[in-house]
Amino acid sequence: MILGLYLMQADLGRLIHLTWVDAAIIAIYFIAVLGIGFYVKEQTQTGDDFFFAGREMTAWVAGLGFLAANLSSLELMGWAAASYQYGILAAHWYWIGAIPAMLFLGLVMMPFYYISKTHSVPGYLKLRFGESTRTLSAITFAVMTVLMSGVNLYSMALVMKILLGWDIHLSIWVSSLTVAAYVALGGLRSAIFNEVLQFILIWLGVLLIPIMGLRETGGWSGLKERIATNMGSTDYTHLWSTLGSFQGNPMGIHWTGIVFGLGWVISFGYWTTDFLVVQRVLTAKDLRSAQLAPIIGAGFKMLVPVIVILPGLLGLALLPQKLMGEAAAVASNGHSYNEVLPLMLARYLGPGLLGLGITALIAGFMAGMAGNVTAFSTVWTYDIHRALFRPNASDAHYVRVGRWCTILGVLASIGTAYLVMQFLSIMDYVQALFSFFVAPLFGTVLLGMLWKRATPAGGFWGLLLGTLASIGMWIWGRLDPGALSIIALSPHAAGMAENMYRALWSWLVCVSVTIAISLCNAPVPEKQLEGLVYGCTAIPSAAAVPLLQRPVFWAIVVSIAFVLLNVVFW
Amino acid sequence: MAAENKLPVWYFIGWLLLIYGILILGAGSGVLAAQAVSETVDSRIGIWWGALLIAIGLTYVYCFRPGRSGDKGLR
Repeated sequence: MILGLYLMQADLGRLIHLTWVDAAIIAIYFIAVLGIGFYVKEQTQTGDDFFFAGREMTAWVAGLGFLAANLSSLELMGWAAASYQYGILAAHWYWIGAIPAMLFLGLVMMPFYYISKTHSVPGYLKLRFGESTRTLSAITFAVMTVLMSGVNLYSMALVMKILLGWDIHLSIWVSSLTVAAYVALGGLRSAIFNEVLQFILIWLGVLLIPIMGLRETGGWSGLKERIATNMGSTDYTHLWSTLGSFQGNPMGIHWTGIVFGLGWVISFGYWTTDFLVVQRVLTAKDLRSAQLAPIIGAGFKMLVPVIVILPGLLGLALLPQKLMGEAAAVASNGHSYNEVLPLMLARYLGPGLLGLGITALIAGFMAGMAGNVTAFSTVWTYDIHRALFRPNASDAHYVRVGRWCTILGVLASIGTAYLVMQFLSIMDYVQALFSFFVAPLFGTVLLGMLWKRATPAGGFWGLLLGTLASIGMWIWGRLDPGALSIIALSPHAAGMAENMYRALWSWLVCVSVTIAISLCNAPVPEKQLEGLVYGCTAIPSAAAVPLLQRPVFWAIVVSIAFVLLNVVFW
Repeated sequence: MAAENKLPVWYFIGWLLLIYGILILGAGSGVLAAQAVSETVDSRIGIWWGALLIAIGLTYVYCFRPGRSGDKGLR
């Protein structure tokens, strides 16, 4: 109630003005997520309950949690902004940049994660490559997860200040402590429970924008015509036809960068090895549910552009004012790209609906932060605390450590948020740091699962040198602007292309080093690889399962829809 | 067993959507009566969306109500 009154009184915002109904909707949301935390606490007794939600989730709940943990308010607003800036090319991050990887996770990799009964991705690396690889992966993941969470927290609070006039400190503390409370109370069970709720709210809060927007433009063809008129080009509404050269599209990228850099290395690295998302699938009640969860997630992921990319394109077609970069917006007191989604919310939504739209943004942020915090808590407890300090403590001890890690993780995120507030450039460094580990880790896990000849020494050195190669290329790019044209293989490449090609090169370094060193070592006996590697693992047959319940059937359905979408928007 | 008393997540979602639907429908009716919105905001949309949320909320609350299926867990 107090929060609701504050939200109304603080409503001196520049962009959106809330009524008491909007404030009540936001306040009820906070009460609901905390209530769920208290309700679920009663069911959270053991380590399995706290860290793996009892491993009893259905495919639907695990699949929606898997997808919601990836969403955040920044994801929603950031990609809406990218679609305003680059057009429909931003949809690549939702389609080729996600769908094949999610299907691959479900069909190929999940059996090894699930059958090995690992508690985390670093835990799998311990079983496959030994303690040193696990420790390297666990420490980098834990630190980066908390730092990223802090950056997101600061950005969310800043957005709320700009849009609604909310005090930045209050936004940081209220939203992060709410996440800390419900996760510390009910662990992953509570986080997933809330993520499903948040996923529904995100859709219901934002879906009206594309509906109303397409009605105003007269459908998709009307939208394309308006964008072509406003921008003097049809490049903004084509997914592939402009990618034949770096200069031919608004993003300054070539199709090889999208296919091999984004579609292969970055996407597969994130969706198949980032524990933040993989942890949700490990909660499934059986292997078939674990395989179906990412496939269900992929089906919904394909639809997310409706509430993220379409609003950006509608902004491009309909907004009377021209949006600009952050620095230019501050200098001219105009609106930045990042404000396109809230501007569209304000354009179409009246009292009540506006509160639901803002709740959707807050829900997105909380789902993302809870994802970070639960993954951090699990990796720290099992892969650092238990592995390095207390290997034989009781289950209750690890649950206690997990709860404390949740609170400490949130406090560390808050600390990072304040650090970013003081030194804004830290944000770029943290985001770059996170990108260093994704591509090499994918190389290590992929070879670990599919190539039984890979050895512990090969895995460790491949991961380490791949990561160092990525860091080296990034430093090179900062010191010498000409490096971009060499890394991306073209003098016309733009900044976005650098990430794609840097990921590709670092993955190749990781894979090459792993193969070379492994071939110089004695192979690991196959007996030790059972349950971990393709060819040494008995995977249960799906022959007796009805067609409509088979993961491979739904993967084919999703694949057909994926191909059709790419052809339709070619 | 406590596990047998767990409520499905959809039951909670149902109640939340029901409450939201009532609030949004009420606010939408007020807007329609006062005609107090900008030219880009359709004054009927709050009523339609509120009614939709109420319908979804009621469906979830009914289909996933306690005791309907014993051990649903977090489904």
